[in-house]
Amino acid sequence: MKYIDEFRDPATAKKLVEEINRLTSGMFPSTSLRERSSPLAERSRSQPLQVMEFCGGHTHTLFKYGIEGMLPADIEMVHGPGCPVCVLPMSRVDDCVTIAEQPGVIFTTFGDAMRVPGTRKSLLQAKADGCDVRMVYSPMDALTIARKNPERDVVFFALGFETTMPSTALTLLQAHREGLQNFSLFCNHITTPATMRAILTDPDLKLDGFLAPGHVSMVIGVHPYDFVTRDYHKPLVITGFEPLDILHALWMLMKQLAEGRCEVENQYARIVPEAGNVAGLKAIAEVYETREHSEFRGLGNIGDAGVQIRSAYAAYDAEKRFNLQAAASSHDPEHLKCAEVLRGVIKPWDCPAFGKDCNPQHPLGALMVSPEGSCAAYYAYGKLAKRKETA
Amino acid sequence: MNLTGTITLAHGSGGRAMHQLVDDLIRRTFSNPLLEEGEDQARIPLAKLVTQGDRLAFTTDSYVVTPLEFPGGNIGTLAINGTVNDLAVGGAKPLYLSCGFIIEEGLPLETFARILQAMRLAADEAGVQIVTGDTKVVQRGGADKLFINTAGVGVIPAGFNPSAGGAQVGDVVIVNGWLGDHGAAILNARGDLALDADIETDCAPLNRLVEAMFAACPDIHCLRDATRGGLATVLNEFAERSGVDMLLKEAALPIRTPVRGMCEILGLDPLYLANEGKLVAVVPADAADAVLAAMQRIPEGYHACIIGTVEEGDGHVILKTAFGGERIVDMLPGEQLPRIC
Repeated sequence: MKYIDEFRDPATAKKLVEEINRLTSGMFPSTSLRERSSPLAERSRSQPLQVMEFCGGHTHTLFKYGIEGMLPADIEMVHGPGCPVCVLPMSRVDDCVTIAEQPGVIFTTFGDAMRVPGTRKSLLQAKADGCDVRMVYSPMDALTIARKNPERDVVFFALGFETTMPSTALTLLQAHREGLQNFSLFCNHITTPATMRAILTDPDLKLDGFLAPGHVSMVIGVHPYDFVTRDYHKPLVITGFEPLDILHALWMLMKQLAEGRCEVENQYARIVPEAGNVAGLKAIAEVYETREHSEFRGLGNIGDAGVQIRSAYAAYDAEKRFNLQAAASSHDPEHLKCAEVLRGVIKPWDCPAFGKDCNPQHPLGALMVSPEGSCAAYYAYGKLAKRKETA
Repeated sequence: MNLTGTITLAHGSGGRAMHQLVDDLIRRTFSNPLLEEGEDQARIPLAKLVTQGDRLAFTTDSYVVTPLEFPGGNIGTLAINGTVNDLAVGGAKPLYLSCGFIIEEGLPLETFARILQAMRLAADEAGVQIVTGDTKVVQRGGADKLFINTAGVGVIPAGFNPSAGGAQVGDVVIVNGWLGDHGAAILNARGDLALDADIETDCAPLNRLVEAMFAACPDIHCLRDATRGGLATVLNEFAERSGVDMLLKEAALPIRTPVRGMCEILGLDPLYLANEGKLVAVVPADAADAVLAAMQRIPEGYHACIIGTVEEGDGHVILKTAFGGERIVDMLPGEQLPRIC
């Protein structure tokens, strides 16, 4: 298939893996590099390099193509929190259900948010119990439903990192232009740089570098990551979603480490402009403002890491329209080790609940919820890795 | 019968309207000697059955689908071929079907007639007869337009005994052609994706194909049709029940470009998409060529190919990706949901 197969060519993959191997084996026999860059020097040579792919889409690609099995043992991938469905707190799902239960409401959502458990129920269960919950593929579909059902109250569950923010902002602005009275957004957008900062300030942090999300960067551009290299001295490569993108970006990251550089590099330049999507950013700034605190499942409250709808557009804000009280934060069961998995301190299968009371059919923790969550991904595809590791 | 108008509760009341619907439309469309006897049950002579095999196969399935009609078929063709195929992959020669309709009032008579006609054609193609049935009409909201249940009986020839637990290390895995067409066609026909794709259901009877495979190799180890849950689900059942691993080669999987494209856009995996005319067979390696050759002589098997092998293991399905890696193909926890971004 054109424009797809070029990015999945096994021969190119083989060459890249060889080059990555060459770089890491060059790094590991001598300690000079590790002494040069201080965070590495503290680590024993027997520990692999830890690279976090922040974005759930990258986690998906890693597992779908079996990339981790192709990499040298010197590289360990840590699957980050960049899966909006995974880090959605249960209290917010409860709010969704509360809205959906109001008479006359049509609650519209992206498909994979429907399975996320709340403390009472998921949206899928709410639908089974008689709520009008509809899966849509775009916020504009929700707007179409609102136009067709003027007597109903249509709510769209605006969820996701910066990738989905321009489309929800533009949908709200379109509703405003049309003077639609029966449409609102339930805003749960979160932002990437603030979430990354929360991970970087962790005292247990062992990460050596980042693969940064491609489609988030398509919106925000290259420079919002400058603090990662400047303040935390971690190299970072903005990465696309095809398997060759990932290998190429890993090669770039290893090259930075081998050469002792620490920079923000853009592997996904075919999609990501340096300044981002200017029109999209303008729409985001017009509609949203920073929210003081946002709760993340598994990570707790993070300051300035989410957005809310500006008061100028309060008429389209479902939080105000349905008068939602700030929900008490809901904690995951104590024996779950989501936070440790998220920070790369342990592997999913080292959590006592993994695959036992926490599994894709009954997810207890954030990371088991969506197929892009690292625990769900390990559950689905990772048995192989586990088998190899224990063999 | 006049086909203008819609089916109403009167058509289910037991009165004249119901007789008209059942006699003038359903019975006339399905017409065959056993049905024409007009009793409350079909009376099937045993003598002819016992000449064809040593066991009776008996199965049932209910059909619900939105939309009722879609490119390449409708709920009626599914209801015939689905039950025919459930018999066929057990090694049976399908013979007789029952048919129960649950109709929501308001269904256009013309639509119903079209579906009946499609059922008749599908039954003729598969060589089966619809010999007994039932019709109920429920009020609006009591059902979604039309539900169909079909049950079927067939006769299994002596010596044919495929089973999900029969796979042996060294066997090869065969499918009879393009995977995922039906699931993709239904998604596309629902229209809410606004995709412009030309995909038809693969709905087809598989009994002739199975007969040819049996003739080429009476020792077929596993045989199933890959309907809901797709290829991945069937292979997981085989692997688990047989206590072996199934090793698939991604590059060998037959998937049409439009189906692949749709999966790429929506973040779906074609291995889990439903099929309605595809079977998965596990056969001894030394019989593979003969089975393939027999399959490829029949339209339903033109694109038959080997997609993998059976290896020692503990019940996993492993995909060797075209990219060079490996991953486990597990059973789905629930419905496949499109990804957010």
